[in-house]
Amino acid sequence: MGKPLGILVAVALAFALAACSDDPAITTAPTGGSATASTGSAAFPVTVTGTNGDVTIDSRPERIVSLSPTATEDLFAIGAGDQVIAVDDQSNYPADVPTTDLSGFEPNIEAIAGYEPDLVVFATEPGDLGSSLEGLGITALQLDAAPNLDVAYDQIEQLGAATGHADESAALVEQMRSDIQGLVDEADTAIAMSFYYELDDTFYSVTSKTFIGQLLRMLGLENIADAVGKGSGGYPQLSAEYIIESDPDLIFLADTKCCGQSAETVAKRPGWAGLTAVAEGGVVPLNDDVASRWGPRVVELLERISDAAAAEASAA
Amino acid sequence: MSSLVRGERRLSARARATVLGVAVLIVAVLVGLLVGPVRIGAANVLRWLFSFGDPPQGMSEQQALILADLRLPRVIVAGLVGASLAASGAAYQAVFRNPLADPYLLGAAAGAGLGATIAVAYGPSGALELTVPVAAFVGALVGVGLAYGLGRSTLGGRSTTSLVLAGVAVASFLTAVQTFLQQQRSETLRQVYTWILGRLGTTGWDDVRLALPSVVLALATMLSVRRLLDVIEVGDLEARSLGLHVARLRLVVVIAASLATAAAVAVAGLIGFVGLIIPHTVRLMVGGSYRSVLPLSVLFGASFLILVDTLARTVVAPAEIPIGVITAFVGAPFFIAVLRRNRRAA
Repeated sequence: MGKPLGILVAVALAFALAACSDDPAITTAPTGGSATASTGSAAFPVTVTGTNGDVTIDSRPERIVSLSPTATEDLFAIGAGDQVIAVDDQSNYPADVPTTDLSGFEPNIEAIAGYEPDLVVFATEPGDLGSSLEGLGITALQLDAAPNLDVAYDQIEQLGAATGHADESAALVEQMRSDIQGLVDEADTAIAMSFYYELDDTFYSVTSKTFIGQLLRMLGLENIADAVGKGSGGYPQLSAEYIIESDPDLIFLADTKCCGQSAETVAKRPGWAGLTAVAEGGVVPLNDDVASRWGPRVVELLERISDAAAAEASAA
Repeated sequence: MSSLVRGERRLSARARATVLGVAVLIVAVLVGLLVGPVRIGAANVLRWLFSFGDPPQGMSEQQALILADLRLPRVIVAGLVGASLAASGAAYQAVFRNPLADPYLLGAAAGAGLGATIAVAYGPSGALELTVPVAAFVGALVGVGLAYGLGRSTLGGRSTTSLVLAGVAVASFLTAVQTFLQQQRSETLRQVYTWILGRLGTTGWDDVRLALPSVVLALATMLSVRRLLDVIEVGDLEARSLGLHVARLRLVVVIAASLATAAAVAVAGLIGFVGLIIPHTVRLMVGGSYRSVLPLSVLFGASFLILVDTLARTVVAPAEIPIGVITAFVGAPFFIAVLRRNRRAA
């Protein structure tokens, strides 16, 4: 029941900030001598491209609000963390992000505006968040869920350009590319290992058409969900019967946080105890958050998956 | 003489319908066991069935496992859920004298949804498979209890309309609370929704054990008073003049029907429409007497849901479709066809 109070406080804060905005000192002070910016302030104004089209940013943003956990991770990874003043309630990485009550799913324009942001980054657009913010004179950049790695890389680079960290973002993307290439090169494709990737405990899965599905295929793994025909939108709900019949070598659990699943709970399911993956330690718990984002930690996720595949391959 | 003949003919129509109902149920169970995303030869399934689960030669261990641990409990649970929803629908329609009454009218579904939401959002995350059904169960009973109490006390008691109105009000209130809690805990939103959309995809023997006692008790109670439902349907005054304790009977039936609904919701999530279409289809077949409508609703309700669930796991195999989607998608046109045929026949 702490929430209604929290909302009250947020509203009160919004009013307080709105009242302060009459004082020009507050808004102009932080934008002064930003000499530390890597590419210098000469880069501004800059035009970047988001899901919502071209967005022009006049000067280096110093009051960024991120409503997307992925964008939050991107921003901190490219060294723009200092410029971020507030992130949404789902953003929880890195550990010291300024998490607030703001919601990226049910965005409250007034609450966002209350932070006096000079740049708002968001992923999904319920209603018309972008144009509402533009209406208030706030620059808004939409970076929707990336359908593939190239778009994920591009989003990092767009954020780099938008925040004055173009060099760092280019370096990060380069690092990610080479790390992932390394994992792909290492992958032993001689044994075609099959896997079942679990999104929740009612057996929703991903096909190779999805972002995460493409990554797994790059490692030479065979996705049992690919047997599902078109029209599932990439996220089919599989039959338990089919999973058992397929008897995958590996089971990746992307529902450890949401649904409390683990190798133990999987083994207890009716009919699952005899599966190869269950019997041979091929059930791999993943961090739901990392698995559902398209930021820099994709590399960590792939490392974990490729390690598990290698271990299973050597056991077989 | 003529009335006697008519009586005989009605009886034989009822007998025919009962035989048909049993036959359809047997066929539905067999279809449910034979058809699935994994191909298991019909002969093998039948031999397995008649050897009581002893895998015959030529059947892999895995196939036996799929039959024993997945298909059989799933068919049983689908049957129990269908029977519960259909019988509860018929019973609610009788005691509230309202053809649109169904298990979800009196806040049972809304209460179950709220209970499940509370369990998912605030309960211990490790024991959801236990806490969610129990919470749904309690929620359904609380929902109906609230509606019944309000309808009887606040809105002036006697009329069935006041009960129905109280049910609608309680359902809206409980749904509002549920939505609020979901917003507070948006990280659990997805789980609540997959649960609400129906969960026969994960059914096992645990669910059979959870549902069976309540369903049997509730169905037995409803079936034992089915003759009295004919009297109560005529009118409270008339029933009372025949020496019937209307309020008490209504309470017993509502509790039994809600118990059945709660059990169904607890193991299968929210599955709409069954409580409406099955009793009405049965009425069109055998007339309005609850002596026939109730037992036949049990038979046809079970068959219907078993067949629909078979569709749910085969149409887009190896993927599944939430069963609630198919009950409405198949149920609505089917119901309209039945109504049209009936009008032409009349």
